[in-house]
Amino acid sequence: MDFLKYLISGVSLGSVYAIIALGYTMVYGIAKMLNFAHGDVIMVGGYISFCAMMYWELPIWVSIICAVIVCTVIGVIIEGLAYRPLRQATSLAVLITAIGVSYFLQNSALLIWTANTKSYPSIFPGNIELFNGELTISVVSIVTIAVCVLIMVALTFFTDKTKIGKAMRACSENKNAAQLMGINVNRTISLTFAIGSALAAIAGVLLCSSYSTLIPTTGSMPGIKAFTAAVFGGIGSIPGAFLGGILLGIIESFAKAYISSQLANAIVFAVLIVVLLVRPSGLLGKKIQEKV
Amino acid sequence: MAKILKTKMVPVPSKSIVPERDIDKKPVLECHNLGIDFGGLRAVDSFDLTIGATEIAGLIGPNGAGKTTVFNLLTKVYQPTRGTILLNGVDTAGKNTVQINKMGIARTFQNIRLFNNLTVEDNVKIGLHNSVRYTTASGILRLPSFWKKEKYAHERAMELLSIFDMQNLGNWKAGSLPYGAQRRLEIVRALATNPSLLLLDEPAAGMNPAETADLMETIVKIRDMFGIAILLIEHDMNLVMGICEGICVLNFGKVIAKGTAEEIQNNPTVIEAYLGKGQVQ
Repeated sequence: MDFLKYLISGVSLGSVYAIIALGYTMVYGIAKMLNFAHGDVIMVGGYISFCAMMYWELPIWVSIICAVIVCTVIGVIIEGLAYRPLRQATSLAVLITAIGVSYFLQNSALLIWTANTKSYPSIFPGNIELFNGELTISVVSIVTIAVCVLIMVALTFFTDKTKIGKAMRACSENKNAAQLMGINVNRTISLTFAIGSALAAIAGVLLCSSYSTLIPTTGSMPGIKAFTAAVFGGIGSIPGAFLGGILLGIIESFAKAYISSQLANAIVFAVLIVVLLVRPSGLLGKKIQEKV
Repeated sequence: MAKILKTKMVPVPSKSIVPERDIDKKPVLECHNLGIDFGGLRAVDSFDLTIGATEIAGLIGPNGAGKTTVFNLLTKVYQPTRGTILLNGVDTAGKNTVQINKMGIARTFQNIRLFNNLTVEDNVKIGLHNSVRYTTASGILRLPSFWKKEKYAHERAMELLSIFDMQNLGNWKAGSLPYGAQRRLEIVRALATNPSLLLLDEPAAGMNPAETADLMETIVKIRDMFGIAILLIEHDMNLVMGICEGICVLNFGKVIAKGTAEEIQNNPTVIEAYLGKGQVQ
């Protein structure tokens, strides 16, 4: 029974990683850049929903929608102000800018909300007991897993079937050709950031309601782990982000339970290193074959 | 074999010639004194060209003459240093590639640039991007407008693919098609953007004589079906002399001759540019 419990909590944790990893992987797939500020957008989403619930006393659903809207706008602004002017610059310059944006968001949060730990209310309280009380699952885990699957399915359909999704894939393959076919590349990239940031807001709410603490650096560690998950699954691939996130969550949960809770993070990253040694493009990443 | 066109060419005010049937229509393209410098290199200089509304025109010249650069100027991949480009009488100064595409120029590439990991049908649908309109929200929520417009996109894509008998290849990955089919798909994708001027950059490159003959017929067919103008760069002289009504010869970035196929074939400057100057015995 314990095994099942750890598995479910791993899948639930992994679902949050997967939702965040989707943001990394979509932006990387289209703009070919690593948006290290993504983790901090999660934190902003957490704070906005917290304020909406506790200070403005809005209902939970309205708070979540507030967080989604604010994060979407922030994502588009970050892209427009910080990354768009660097479209032709080297990837290293963009990477450094992303780290700068990340610190900017953290310190802004420090100014606005101070360093005091906020205790985030449990949005989905309660537990479900199964097998005569031998297995207890929190409602928030179930909601997290369900939301992740829903987002995953919706996003897959969106990129496969809609014309905007096709435009995104066209930009990801060849921006110049896409432009000459009448696709506005800048607008497509903005839209990708908007979708990624909206997902980050949802991830922020789910993350904070499982861990119930909120500080300005809340987003950093999950952000880095989600990035790891994206690389693990094959960066640029949407199913890869999903698979990578879930696997990473399960590994972390089992490492905490059976090996050592202090060593859990080290084990997670060690697994990443091993996977990348064996499959450098990640689990579902495309192998790039050079033609000779 | 493609029907050899005997078109009478008539002069227009801009010192160019267009087919007689287009004389009352506004020319699709007028370039005046077009030029671009790369540093100290004048890649294209004083380029003048007028293309009639339904003309098939050829742009030829030795390697490195600046033919593809002209295409890049017309589609604003490069912003011209000098000169004006009028598209259907509208000045295109300051426009970007996306706007140029919406204004009516579509092109193919010398090196095939398909979206290789997408299916053939999706490649064509990307060309339809601006003619299929629904909001992002409608796409996410799959509202009726999404279904209606996507159904239209599917039908239109199949219709366009059927020009080249490719409607059965809709689900293939574009990158897995044979070379000739990839070239044809590029033309279909360009046609999907609903152009009034189609630029073909070496459409027959790498094709065998039978495929080239097919292609010649298809180019004429496309012009007749869509009533559009076509400007093509090509090294295959059978194709150029066979279907191009007006031909423009470029060497070292400058126009050295303009005229019909016959005029070009007998022009001593053109012969010299291609074969070099030798001792004439």
